[in-house]
Amino acid sequence: MTDPTPNDDHQPLVRVVDLKKYFPIRQGLIIQRTTGNVRAVDGISFEIARGETLGLVGESGCGKSTAGRTLLGLYPATGGSTFIDGRHVQEAAGDDWMLIRRQAQMIFQDPYASLNPRWTVNAIIGEPLRVHHLIDAEAARIERVTELMALVGLDGRYINRFPHEFSGGQRQRIGIARALASDPIFLVCDEPISALDVSIQAQVVNLLEELQDRLGLTYLFIAHDLSMVRHICDRVAVMYLGVMAELADKDDLYEEPLHPYTQALLSAVPVPDPKVARRRRRIILEGDVPSPINPPSGCRFHTRCPVAQPHCSTYIPEWREITPGHWVACHEVEPKFRPGPFSTS
Amino acid sequence: MNPLTTPRFNVSAPDSRHVLLDIRHLQVRFHTPEGTVYAVNDISYQVHEGEVVAIVGESGCGKSVSMMSILGLIPVPPGEIAEGTAEFMGTDLLTMAEDKLEAIRGSEIAMVFQDPMTSLNPVLSVRRQMTEALRRHYGMTGEQATNRAIELLELVGIPDPARRLGNYPHQFSGGMRQRVMIAMMLACNPSLLIADEPTTALDVTIQAQIVELVMRMREQLGMALIWITHDLGVVAGLAERVIVMYAGMVVEEADVDSLFDKPRHPYTMALLAALPRVDRRRDSRLKSIPGAPPNLLVEPRGCPFAPRCEYVVDRCLHERPPLLAVSPTQRAACWVTTGDPAFATSNEFRNNSR
Repeated sequence: MTDPTPNDDHQPLVRVVDLKKYFPIRQGLIIQRTTGNVRAVDGISFEIARGETLGLVGESGCGKSTAGRTLLGLYPATGGSTFIDGRHVQEAAGDDWMLIRRQAQMIFQDPYASLNPRWTVNAIIGEPLRVHHLIDAEAARIERVTELMALVGLDGRYINRFPHEFSGGQRQRIGIARALASDPIFLVCDEPISALDVSIQAQVVNLLEELQDRLGLTYLFIAHDLSMVRHICDRVAVMYLGVMAELADKDDLYEEPLHPYTQALLSAVPVPDPKVARRRRRIILEGDVPSPINPPSGCRFHTRCPVAQPHCSTYIPEWREITPGHWVACHEVEPKFRPGPFSTS
Repeated sequence: MNPLTTPRFNVSAPDSRHVLLDIRHLQVRFHTPEGTVYAVNDISYQVHEGEVVAIVGESGCGKSVSMMSILGLIPVPPGEIAEGTAEFMGTDLLTMAEDKLEAIRGSEIAMVFQDPMTSLNPVLSVRRQMTEALRRHYGMTGEQATNRAIELLELVGIPDPARRLGNYPHQFSGGMRQRVMIAMMLACNPSLLIADEPTTALDVTIQAQIVELVMRMREQLGMALIWITHDLGVVAGLAERVIVMYAGMVVEEADVDSLFDKPRHPYTMALLAALPRVDRRRDSRLKSIPGAPPNLLVEPRGCPFAPRCEYVVDRCLHERPPLLAVSPTQRAACWVTTGDPAFATSNEFRNNSR
């Protein structure tokens, strides 16, 4: 099966259609039976345009990282499809599969765990070049690795050092250089700055932006830091318990959040300004995120929702476009535009 | 003793509350196989009764170590408290006998840590862990202690407390575990609660719940609170006074409004400029701070921030700047900005005019 949409510049680079990923729960010592599923991602759909940065946010356990890995084909999907540059990720094989692996790369959260401690920087960054047979001659490969190191702001003289000789911020740069080695067009950044100190976060974020400008990259930026997401992303998608809650242009989403979960999430983000902090009204949600093994019926947010109605626990809200480009899954949102209190339009 | 860091006058809470904790010239080192780590380098500050103080800084700046060391919670050796005093209600904690210090730790000073899973015993029920403290410090009977424990769990918002008391730590979620920890800390009605990154491992919606809970408890019980964090957003929402640490030193100390409005240390200024804002549209790239924090294996010389500072002058490299008062409620350790009236203007104005 090929993507029904033609492979050209006006089409989105990435299309995710009703993607599902369940992890089976097995019980029994010898004869294992599947007794249930962790429904980590339960039918999400969105598109990412070429050169765009889409933010994917939500609390821990909402399925955002699983979504990132499943849409790249790193986890086999339980259902649904992803198309990257027109190629069907879940059905790709042979050369197509290798091409997708080359074009789509990932940057991981933990710069300590994601680099092999026994490999030199040269081996780490050069691995994609070897695997994909992009550069087989060693001298040329070293030259390319040095080039990539310069691209991410690392001194090429450190090419034979090991990861432990670098600081956290520098290790994240190594991870970025490795991701860039195969000339990708799409990067999934899974919490790339969460493990870094505040003074280093801005360095890495600025680097990602510079690289996007220079190389025309498309990003899926998975994060829980909603302030940084607003800064770096063009559009933002909010997930809750494996499903999409809301998706919109970033300023629309932050200024006019429609879903009660988005509203609560945004109101809980601390603002580094005491005057604003004293003035702000917070929506404090009750309780914790329920288990994805047995998610609540109807709208999954109804158990914590401040505006839930009786029908919310019965009917699953439809994922619909309320205003152009602004998608939301909530029964209680009126399908007409209501200017909010902070609207600038 | 370094006369430079002795405050010219004390930066105190707006009202004249009594000093509860008075740390002076504290120096902590760790002797490791790689060499001596200069973890805390001559810091002095005070906390008043009922006051909410935030200690801010990045990993390795000494914010936790300074607190742990005054409570006798760092291993000696490799740790060494090289110098300093830490008076709590008039008595020096650093020279106190271990049994007396233990009594204070359990009753007068309580501590909540980042990861409640490491401070709760995984093989004992919450009932065992909560009632132990009550029986030990208050001589309660088992039944009295159980009833008090149920009360406390209810106070911190744990649903169905009588049943949950029999549960083990792993049966609680991260936010709920932190509530259990807070309930245990409140059991002894401390006069000082030290919260060391208590919400760092939690999601923002749960963080908001815990911050609200701690602030409500503080108000009800009137205790002083030291909140250790790297998150300036959290600080803005709860602190009265803020202490900014960098490389084992206090670089700035101010009331919360001055710190955010008119930061006087270049490190504080740079941190604020590097933070994106959830409540504002983006106007430019983030201002990043070049380089990385200094290696603490080298004995500090001059200003620790000098190699990353945009205002650096020659003097910064050789002479450590003292904490100089720039107003009755603000002190900063910088040779350049404390003397220059241009830096006394609001942060917003300064940023826009640059």
